[in-house]
Amino acid sequence: MIQYIVRRLIFSIPVVIGVTLITFVLLNVVPGDPVLEMVGKHADPQTINQIREQLGLNDPLVIQYLRFVFNAARGDLGKSFKTGIPVSKMIGDTFPTTLKLALSAYLVAIILGVSVGIISAVKQYSLFDHSMMIVALAGISAPVFWVAVIAQLIFGLKLGWFPISGYYSVKHMILPAIVLGTRFAASIARYTRSALLDVIRQDYIRTARAKGLSERAVIFIHALKNAMIPVVTILGMQLSGLLTGSILTESVFAIPGLGRLSLWALSERDYPLVQGVVLFTAVIYILGNLIVDISYAFLNPRIRLK
Amino acid sequence: MTERKSLSLYKDAYKRLKRNKPAIFGLIFIIIIVFAALFAPFFAPADPNKIDLPNRLKPSGSPSRICSNGVYILGSDEYGRDIFSRLLYGARVSLMIGVVTQIITTLIGVLIGALAGYYGGAIDMVMMRVADMLFAFPDLLFYIGMMFALGPGIVNMFIALSIIGWAGKARLVRSQVIALKETEFVEAAKAQGLSDFRIIVKHILPNCMGPIIVSVSIGIPGSILAEAGLSFLGLGILPPTPSWGNMIRSASSYLRIQPWYAVWPGIVLMLTTFAFNLLGDGLRDALDPRLKQ
Repeated sequence: MIQYIVRRLIFSIPVVIGVTLITFVLLNVVPGDPVLEMVGKHADPQTINQIREQLGLNDPLVIQYLRFVFNAARGDLGKSFKTGIPVSKMIGDTFPTTLKLALSAYLVAIILGVSVGIISAVKQYSLFDHSMMIVALAGISAPVFWVAVIAQLIFGLKLGWFPISGYYSVKHMILPAIVLGTRFAASIARYTRSALLDVIRQDYIRTARAKGLSERAVIFIHALKNAMIPVVTILGMQLSGLLTGSILTESVFAIPGLGRLSLWALSERDYPLVQGVVLFTAVIYILGNLIVDISYAFLNPRIRLK
Repeated sequence: MTERKSLSLYKDAYKRLKRNKPAIFGLIFIIIIVFAALFAPFFAPADPNKIDLPNRLKPSGSPSRICSNGVYILGSDEYGRDIFSRLLYGARVSLMIGVVTQIITTLIGVLIGALAGYYGGAIDMVMMRVADMLFAFPDLLFYIGMMFALGPGIVNMFIALSIIGWAGKARLVRSQVIALKETEFVEAAKAQGLSDFRIIVKHILPNCMGPIIVSVSIGIPGSILAEAGLSFLGLGILPPTPSWGNMIRSASSYLRIQPWYAVWPGIVLMLTTFAFNLLGDGLRDALDPRLKQ
């Protein structure tokens, strides 16, 4: 197992390096100058050159990139051009907020999605099943930022139950978590339903029924655990959706998280900050998928991790 | 032989699709939206950019000086423009993004996937590692970065959405090609001395069409939502050109005064992606041989 984890981590290194390389190339081929962005268009050329020198922007691109990679490997992501604060600190300050948002959204999504999926599968083709599957597909189709705006409108402005922007207390997190979570609940419900329907037709379920177990025991003890494998895959695949969804959600609800930070970094052309945020997000994504793969082995001992 | 077999597969799929009511509903809705977009100038009661400042943010049914029928069907926006007409024109943007992006990404994806799958070796290795990297790249972050860099506009949006959009399709085609190239009919084609190009185009790709069609029908709503999200952030299609995303952006500033302004573009957007998803689901069920009785 440990061998497997180590090997997976080693294999993901080229992917991470590739992601940083793509980011670096894109940052440098696109028109626009971060220094002009900092000092304004009317600064004198000498000052501009001095700043470029200080930031290392006058070095050849290869040197700039290698410097970034070696520093990053030692955990040093450099300092933000715009604020002068270390990038790792800026990420460290904002990530917990996004993590809280993401985890609460996951919680909403799993509770809602798995329970709807189970009921739909057990009562296949019932009115509940049909209507829930339509609602779920509609949920997947609705743009997250629009759902966020409508939630602000209904639960914030009309009903006044929740604050509609900022992040000062747990109460501020409820609406964003529900908005982000219900979207994923929809796809989890669909996958839980179809996975459970697959499993219910297996021989070992017939055996479980034949030995006289209650329907509840059959579903919850025998079927559900096996049906969870595809669902766990979806959880992993949604990790990136959750991170990108948090950009839009944080932007609508004015939550100071990683999503808003990345949006800001891109708009300000803050190269080190952009590099840092992208690198961080890619690593989270890769680790998330690794955790998903490891959890397969726990759910189904027949799957051997090789 | 092969041609007759593939024909019956699609006939079969068509039969199954016809029985799938949600998919047919989706298809009908898509046809309606396509018509609405194509004939927007004909259906729209007003010029979508015609301003009437005294009549700003009026609720639906209010009298209008600029609409040919004399009322704002769905109300007016912050410049007194007709929301209904803007929604019709917005459909053009959404559909264009959805269709053009899918055409570009499918062409690139099929080309790269087929080459990687058929030849294997170094080509496969390099192309699939590039696809892996694009996969690990947070997509919205990538689009946002590209749009900041390239500037807003529909052409730049095609570029931004296509650069990483091909990766998924390439993987899909590659896996199909790898499975198919070991089959007897490809062996037979090789034995006849056909060129690689002919084998790929005439014998392998037609057999991958099912999954490709499904991935396009699922990809279209994805591209439409990406456009809407970017325009919502102010990076995609800029006003005054109407797009459903930028309409929601503008509307979110007037939630207290004219809440319905934010509701309409979202509903149209949701119904459109919903329709594509219904059709995509239906196509997958219809084309997936595993589900065949």
